[in-house]
Amino acid sequence: MTTLRHAAQIAWRDIAIELRTRESLSTMLLLALMLLAIFAFGFQLRVGDMREVAPGVLWVSFAFTGMLGLSRSLTRDRNQGILEGLMLSPVDRGAIYAGKVLANLAAMLATEALILPLFQALFGVPVISAPLLLIAVLGSIGFVAIGTSLAAMTVNTRAREALLPVLLFPVTVPVLIAAVQATGALLEGEGWAAIVHWVRLLLAYDAIALISGYLTSESILEQ
Amino acid sequence: MIAQAGSLDVALEVHGLCKSFGRQQALRGVDLLVRDGERLAIFGPNGAGKTTLLRILAGLARPTSGQARLWGVDLRDQEGEGRRRIGLVSHGAFLYQDLTVAENLGYYGQLYATNRAERGRLNQRIAELIEWIEMDYYRDRLVRTLSRGMQQRVSLARAMVHDPALLLLDEPYAGLDPRAAALLDQMLERCSAAGQTMLFTSHDLERGARLAQRIAILHRGRIVHETTAEAWQGALTYERYTGAEPA
Repeated sequence: MTTLRHAAQIAWRDIAIELRTRESLSTMLLLALMLLAIFAFGFQLRVGDMREVAPGVLWVSFAFTGMLGLSRSLTRDRNQGILEGLMLSPVDRGAIYAGKVLANLAAMLATEALILPLFQALFGVPVISAPLLLIAVLGSIGFVAIGTSLAAMTVNTRAREALLPVLLFPVTVPVLIAAVQATGALLEGEGWAAIVHWVRLLLAYDAIALISGYLTSESILEQ
Repeated sequence: MIAQAGSLDVALEVHGLCKSFGRQQALRGVDLLVRDGERLAIFGPNGAGKTTLLRILAGLARPTSGQARLWGVDLRDQEGEGRRRIGLVSHGAFLYQDLTVAENLGYYGQLYATNRAERGRLNQRIAELIEWIEMDYYRDRLVRTLSRGMQQRVSLARAMVHDPALLLLDEPYAGLDPRAAALLDQMLERCSAAGQTMLFTSHDLERGARLAQRIAILHRGRIVHETTAEAWQGALTYERYTGAEPA
């Protein structure tokens, strides 16, 4: 119970600060806008059916903006000594990890909530539906769960901005493949049966990423 | 009378503490004994290992080898309970720059509170601390708008929010103007009068010696000399054991 309370307190504090400053959200949203605009202008010249490229464009936008959010969140904590302040307190290291995951996930989902209608308007592909939102949430959990651990590992290195994507994208390949395939199937109008194995893969990845992140949090934070 | 290792009036025992960063050895077998309620100053040149020692004692870093015991219990076995007994003031203020003074203290207080009753008393504790650091006027100001000296005062209040039994202070006077340093002196004297054990590092030999009861010199990762405040001969002793002039 205490671990959950601490995780909720840490997450809420990060979210409240983000709502006050809007530092990460504004840059994430700006990057999403730029990506969508580049993809829209680039593909509309050559692609006949936008549904063919829509899943890839959508998940590249999610992944890039998510990575930016992870990097900014941990860098801000490092610069202000927040992680050390939390580590001084009697808070379980796993609760710090869980709190950061919740806050980063909230930021990524908030950006995705803005990307989806924008994408629909620019590409003319209907992407706002309950099954697609489920895929977005499951994919984001896995991405953020691994990304938070890697961002904490790289935040004290000199080349952190370059190192995080180099480490993050290869290990999130299963999430991106499953999410893109499931999104594609849904946009093609296929039913639950066509995506159920991708959903299972995402659930398994999320569980492994969250458990391994929680268990390794002490070693990562005290490195 | 010198306390014996393992006895109840020993607050902190450190045995053979080593810490390496790659090939570089920051601590090379530190031994220390601090009695309950005692004020120990650690002096040493830059790179002597003072900050590393305090970071290990505060639980921010792991030693490569050796042992540290807090009131008889190994720091590694204490987990959260051990951290509840320690307050650290360091170079970094560990404060959220986009929260106000009161919000920062409230947040850290919530993390330290163990039950509903403690959380209920938190507002009163924060009001006391803000009055104590003479920051009433600034309680609702964002930390990022405060001067370095003011942030250091808030940092001390943060370290005190859970009323720790052992206060670790790493160069607490660094960057403070004379007024803020004098205020910090008063605050530390009050902590000492309240029976808190203190271990602090400083480059200011005169001020440090005035506050301390016992003094140790850390040089190249080892305690090379220990003495009482009465026997301390200032820069003369410092130079004899470090071969360097005080900073």
